[in-house]
Amino acid sequence: MVSSETGIVGYDLLRWIPLIPLLGSVINIFFGPALGRKNAGALGCAAVGASCAIAFYVFFQLPAAGIFRDVIYTWIDSGSFIVNLSFQADALTAVMLLIVTGIGFLIHVYSLGYMGHDEGEARFFVYLNLFIFFMLVLVMADNLLLLFVGWEGVGLCSYLLIGFWYEDVNNTIAGNKAFIVNRIGDLGFILGIFLLVTELGRQGIWTLDFAELQKHVQILSPATIGLITLLLFVGATGKSAQIPLFVWLPDAMAGPTPVSALIHAATMVTAGVYMTARLHFLFSLAPATMSLIAWTGAATAVFAATIALTQNDIKKVLAYSTVSQLGYMFLAVGVGAFSAAIFHVFTHAFFKACLFLGAGSVIHALAGEQNMRKMGGLKAHMPKTYWTYVIATLAIAGIPLTAGFFSKDLILWQAFSHGAYVLWGVGLVTAAMTAFYMFRQLFLVFHGECRADAHAQAHLHESPAVMTWPLILLAIGSVFTGWLGAPEYLWGSRWDHWLEAIFGRAEHHGSMAAEITVTLLTIAVVAVGIYWAYAKYGTAGARIDEGSENLIYRLSLNKYYIDELYDFVFVRPFTVCSRVLAQWIDPWVIDGTVNGIAAIARGMSWVTRGLQTGNVQHYAAGFLVGALALLAYYIGQF
Amino acid sequence: MVPLNYYLILSAIVFAIGVIGVLTRRNLIVVLMSIELMLNAVNLTFIAFSRFLGSMEGQVAVFFVMAVAAAEAVIGLAIIISVYRHRQSLDPQEMQLLKW
Amino acid sequence: MDAPTLTFLALATLLVVSSLLVVLLPNVVHGAMALVTALLIISVFFVMLQAPMVGVLQVLVYAGAIMVLFLFVIMFLNPAAPERSHRVWLGFAGLLAVLLGALLTAMLIKTETAADPIASTDLFGSPEMLAKSLFGDFVLPFEIASILLLVAIVGAVVLALRERRL
Repeated sequence: MVSSETGIVGYDLLRWIPLIPLLGSVINIFFGPALGRKNAGALGCAAVGASCAIAFYVFFQLPAAGIFRDVIYTWIDSGSFIVNLSFQADALTAVMLLIVTGIGFLIHVYSLGYMGHDEGEARFFVYLNLFIFFMLVLVMADNLLLLFVGWEGVGLCSYLLIGFWYEDVNNTIAGNKAFIVNRIGDLGFILGIFLLVTELGRQGIWTLDFAELQKHVQILSPATIGLITLLLFVGATGKSAQIPLFVWLPDAMAGPTPVSALIHAATMVTAGVYMTARLHFLFSLAPATMSLIAWTGAATAVFAATIALTQNDIKKVLAYSTVSQLGYMFLAVGVGAFSAAIFHVFTHAFFKACLFLGAGSVIHALAGEQNMRKMGGLKAHMPKTYWTYVIATLAIAGIPLTAGFFSKDLILWQAFSHGAYVLWGVGLVTAAMTAFYMFRQLFLVFHGECRADAHAQAHLHESPAVMTWPLILLAIGSVFTGWLGAPEYLWGSRWDHWLEAIFGRAEHHGSMAAEITVTLLTIAVVAVGIYWAYAKYGTAGARIDEGSENLIYRLSLNKYYIDELYDFVFVRPFTVCSRVLAQWIDPWVIDGTVNGIAAIARGMSWVTRGLQTGNVQHYAAGFLVGALALLAYYIGQF
Repeated sequence: MVPLNYYLILSAIVFAIGVIGVLTRRNLIVVLMSIELMLNAVNLTFIAFSRFLGSMEGQVAVFFVMAVAAAEAVIGLAIIISVYRHRQSLDPQEMQLLKW
Repeated sequence: MDAPTLTFLALATLLVVSSLLVVLLPNVVHGAMALVTALLIISVFFVMLQAPMVGVLQVLVYAGAIMVLFLFVIMFLNPAAPERSHRVWLGFAGLLAVLLGALLTAMLIKTETAADPIASTDLFGSPEMLAKSLFGDFVLPFEIASILLLVAIVGAVVLALRERRL
């Protein structure tokens, strides 16, 4: 079962990590109705739970610099180009495994409660397990092509889950939007893969395995690497909702809240970050692309944060917050701090999932209400939800000693110490805005008087244990997972040490004094944000947000009309072209050509069938004509 | 001696006359008779060559042609009788069921 | 012009005239009579070409049996209606046939036969010679021809039978 080559150990157990959720999904597809809703849900949870257990086991078995590999079979074998269906587990993958299976398990358990009254509960768990399977394929793939399979698969599951309540056509439209925008990114991704394979192949190396790529990519020209990384990054912007392809994420809130928590906060959207981290050796060779990544990340972070300031839907605020935090991750990638980016992925998974599940708890309690103007005063009715929400909000704002503090500050410090002062400044401003809008949300939802309508108020209740226990566990994670990556002046980072084998020794620029100064500056800025939110919304008797006619306010509320812009620039011309093709070119040109050929054949046959008179003497004359022709030919030969 | 050409040309002329008959006459029996004429023209060619090449094979060929012609005339006439019974006509131009 | 050539030309003319009569006469019986004449003339040619056996056979089989059969059928069917003819078709078919004759003639005129016929023995064309070839080299075709005749007989009976038996 365990055989060794130097540094790389074969490990059959790996394949069960993704396969068990797949089995769970398949069993629920065929036997779900027979099992009944409750049992189907329990099966789904158990499948992910088993996967989680194995993932933990593998994690503890894994030596720091080791890689486990499990080759299942050879997928493509074409000359010297070989692509295997095989999984690997190194330090980076192990981290992602824990996130996906661990948080995935908690969200599955939560869904037992949240979807408990829904008729389609079995179908929900089918899709959810399928998602876990594909996400695991993505993070465990040992070659770029298999990663892409997982990439596409999670996109599919995202579509299925966003449009889960398909009776409302708006949900399906949102699902379509997510899938189509993702597709556009995927086009870039695929072109990147093609270019990589062919350019390496031109040098005689045919491979897509990460280990092999790491050894050989230096032989490509800088321009080529720049193009490849650019294309791959386009894919990442699609999947991880960066400018310009972020527009699907807010609409994706049409799906059930556990879906938003799992897919659109903790796991799928981080796939882009994971991909760049996995290919860090390639990206490190393309400084121009890295610069672009950093600027895109920073721009997205601040852009999304400004939109989140004015939103009134509880989930939309969290959605834009996710886009903003993803921007932070790419900012870290762009300055070369891959370890910091993955650290933020890790911590963000905890507190964002906690926030989304808390929001789900609120929505569930208020019988489906999502408008924050109609909430308020829930603190007394839902203490567990409230306190976990507080902890997660503290984490995302970056209050000292919470997980978000450590990861976000690490990113800002890395930006500063690498000399990217403008980027750092943008990140700082975003941190302030993040604190503001998150605390605004906290105050609007939980403090003050209850503004919900009578029907919702009558329904108001704390969520059942199956929903609150995941919240509690995630809240604990939101605090303590950060402690793994503390800066030097505190107790040092185990995190960097863990990922050293992948990313190389963490560099330390700048002095400790500068680091502490930067951190204090961040804390100060955050404090300002929180105070402002408190002043506007937290004090007793503060009026709720009625909105204003201010231009900036309207731009923010309407997300800078970006959907309308895209519609005008891209969607409409495309639709017009499609209509022209469908209604003019298809019937007239294409059908015309095909029918025209048939018509020509018919015409020719109409002409030539005159020969078939049915009269034998005419046929005999035909014989004679042929014989005469032959005769004339032979005479000519003399 | 009469040169071979003369016989051959004579045969060709009789053959062509037979062809006219086959193509133009609208009585099936006359068509059949024209076919017999054509066969005989060919026989003449065979015998002429047999004489001029000194080989008996030409005459044997004629023998067989006669046998086949006899068989063919018999069957042809039987068919004509059948057709006449069904259609009361011997005009080939009235038998156009295979017309498109 | 010596005697054989004259004889040939006279007989050839008669032959051509009778063939034309076969093809052109409106009355079928008259046409049949013209065909008999043509066949007899051809048998004379056969004898002239030192194929007496075949010539006799021509009279017996062709002019005798086959033409009698034709006449029987003509009497049996007794077609009375006169034929209508189609001018254009007549022209076209006639042209084709003339073309055929012309082309053949053109081809055959050039055949090199200046040489005299190969000297032959008295036995040439006699029954003995014919029999020797027939039952010697060509016995297989002979047998097949007899089967062919058998098939023709059976076929004729079947075809001409009235259908009341079914």
